[in-house]
Amino acid sequence: MSDTLSATVETKLPKDLAAEKGMVNVQIDGIWHQFPKGTRMIEACRQAEIIVPHYCYHPKLSSPGNCRMCLVQMGMPPRPAPGQEPTRDEAGYESIGWMPRPVIACANTVSENMGIRTSGELVEKCREGVMEFLLINHPLDCPICDQAGECRLQEQSVQHGRGVSRFVEQKVKKPKNVDIGPRIRLDDERCIMCSRCIRFMDEVAGDSVLGFTQRGTHTTLTVHPGKLLDSNYSLNTADICPVGALTSNDFRFQMRVWFLKETPTIDVNCGTGTNITVWTRGNEIHRITPRLNNEVNSAWMPDSHRLNFHYIDGPKRLTEPLTRSARGHVATTWRDALAQISQKIKATDRSALAIIGSARMTNEELFLLRALASEIGSGELALVPRFGDADDLLIAADRNPNSMGAKLVLDLSDPYAALDQIRAGVENGSIRGLLVFGEDLISDAGFSSESLEKLDFMVQTTLLANATADLATWVLPSAAFAEKRGSMVNLSGRLQRLNRAIELPGSARDDWELIRDLILSISGEANEVHMIEDVFKAMAENLTVFKGLTLSKIGHQGVPIAETGYQIPLLNKESARRSAGLIS
Amino acid sequence: MAVIKLQRPKLSIGEKLYLGALVKGFFLTLGHAIKTLRGKSIGADTLASSGLGVTMQFPEQRWDDHMPEYYRGAPALVTDEQGRERCVSCQLCEFICPPKAIKITPSEIPAGDRWAKVEKRPLEFDIDMIRCIYCGMCEEVCPEQAIYLRKDYLITGLKRADMVHDKKKLYEIGGMRVGLVNKWNELK
Repeated sequence: MSDTLSATVETKLPKDLAAEKGMVNVQIDGIWHQFPKGTRMIEACRQAEIIVPHYCYHPKLSSPGNCRMCLVQMGMPPRPAPGQEPTRDEAGYESIGWMPRPVIACANTVSENMGIRTSGELVEKCREGVMEFLLINHPLDCPICDQAGECRLQEQSVQHGRGVSRFVEQKVKKPKNVDIGPRIRLDDERCIMCSRCIRFMDEVAGDSVLGFTQRGTHTTLTVHPGKLLDSNYSLNTADICPVGALTSNDFRFQMRVWFLKETPTIDVNCGTGTNITVWTRGNEIHRITPRLNNEVNSAWMPDSHRLNFHYIDGPKRLTEPLTRSARGHVATTWRDALAQISQKIKATDRSALAIIGSARMTNEELFLLRALASEIGSGELALVPRFGDADDLLIAADRNPNSMGAKLVLDLSDPYAALDQIRAGVENGSIRGLLVFGEDLISDAGFSSESLEKLDFMVQTTLLANATADLATWVLPSAAFAEKRGSMVNLSGRLQRLNRAIELPGSARDDWELIRDLILSISGEANEVHMIEDVFKAMAENLTVFKGLTLSKIGHQGVPIAETGYQIPLLNKESARRSAGLIS
Repeated sequence: MAVIKLQRPKLSIGEKLYLGALVKGFFLTLGHAIKTLRGKSIGADTLASSGLGVTMQFPEQRWDDHMPEYYRGAPALVTDEQGRERCVSCQLCEFICPPKAIKITPSEIPAGDRWAKVEKRPLEFDIDMIRCIYCGMCEEVCPEQAIYLRKDYLITGLKRADMVHDKKKLYEIGGMRVGLVNKWNELK
């Protein structure tokens, strides 16, 4: 059989067919698959929908192979004796000679005609043994450990553990509750020495402050003497820690993870548009973690962005529409506020009106803002620029999350350009009425409170009480990023979607509904736009960049819609590590 | 659906008049009345009679001594021999509670505290006794042996708020419990 196969010119062997595509044939648990050359065995298994249990391996980091959890049985075709033809089965695969000892799947790559067994007595015994060693010195303090519920050690010990301990000696004591940085707490007894955090700080964050000291069972994770784990990316180490050794101070003892609901959405603290998961219980956000998106943020996010959500239910949050009276701001109803505002707008000369929007608004809101501007007939529309320092990883210099979307939706090459003109107009008194959406003009746009006091009226939509809202004639409470749906375009031109994780407090309204109601109360028309999907539909019909898209088509990973040339530094560094062979 | 016709039982004249049964009933009652007056009511001892007949005069007399070992009354928190609150607010009881009666706010034990090494304890622990169904799941699921169903059954209040047992009340009911697994002592 083998002779006829190799002798036939037309019938090619599987290895040759695979080699033409740069692939290799690998048998995983009895089924043949093809993978690109250089794929790690653990990745090959994952692509074949078999999860090999592991701790130290992380697809975005190098593989030291030190946890030994991913042991699998491997086999290669036996080397033929001189002059002997390899034996092949009917499909043309060589028979596999299984090795008597296991290999780690994370640090070995696949090769032609390799066989992998992810189950069987040898593999299962190995896993059981590794689990028993890992649990020898592990404190069983799951009831107080924040990782409980998402702990790999818990999961694997349910699947591969013995259930009882044979260890009767004293456990090794190590430092607990160690303060190693402003946002991270270390518990060395829980550490299983996977070194993910060390590799992350070294390879991704570029601030290698973590390391191991001592040897054997006394190996201890510590921070370099005189240094702190204070990188702006330190909380990612808590995310990747497979056990509860590194936990977040912010989330410490707040809520058990099994109560939390996950909502995939995006970060709004800079133009990168980091993909995030918002974890909520009831109407309260408990934490935010990064979500994998290989085109945006890989698997990481900066701490400063991650922790910037406590303002949402903070004491400054506004929940009722307010109107200014002689005794300060008093609560009013939406109906009254909108009627008074539209009356005031209609009574004011349109050249004396200006609109200041925000590049923190979604595309849908900006689209409606544009409609509001044309309804009023005011040509003056500007957004507030917001720039900071880029950090050469994920934080972009442009701190507005949707400046790219604003350019596309408003059809302006520089949506910030008219701001100086409006500021001058307010100062010299030519602008009498100002509609401000989601921006604090005094602290962020360089307006003086004296000039704003000169205005006939100012409408301010805002989340929080601020200096500008103090001077506004009407203050309208709006929605935070976790409370609304919509889309934004990040700096690299990727259209991404915001999802609602929590409900709006009090009588605060979603921004798009608020702008729609304002337009309707000015025009006096009946409402035809009932859902955010309708707004997106109108936007897709009017603007060519959004043509053929819907909110649901954007999906959780977003779609590229514009070529901007902007490259996210962290992704460049990651692809450099990939081409250097550090990661696969 | 099948229709089954039932045959009405044939009654004799005596049965139809039911006078005989009535008289029979009178005599039965009279028999019991005499027994009661003679202090010989059936079951008076086992039902903790407080004197005449089998009736127990609640609330002057209580059922408490007759409660079985497995009686499930109000859930309560307990402390260990050293007065440490056993609960570490793992929230498993909150999770398992079928009527969602339990609400816990976890917190960290401050550094200066005697039990700072335990790290975690409940800041607030509320059990809504209007919701509680006395199922005992909380006791069963507790990994720290901190919550027990005690024999208290007189849970009353004038307002809904009175019916929510807070942490203080729960420790008051629970008290100290000795001889249990002691996870957090020095030797561990």
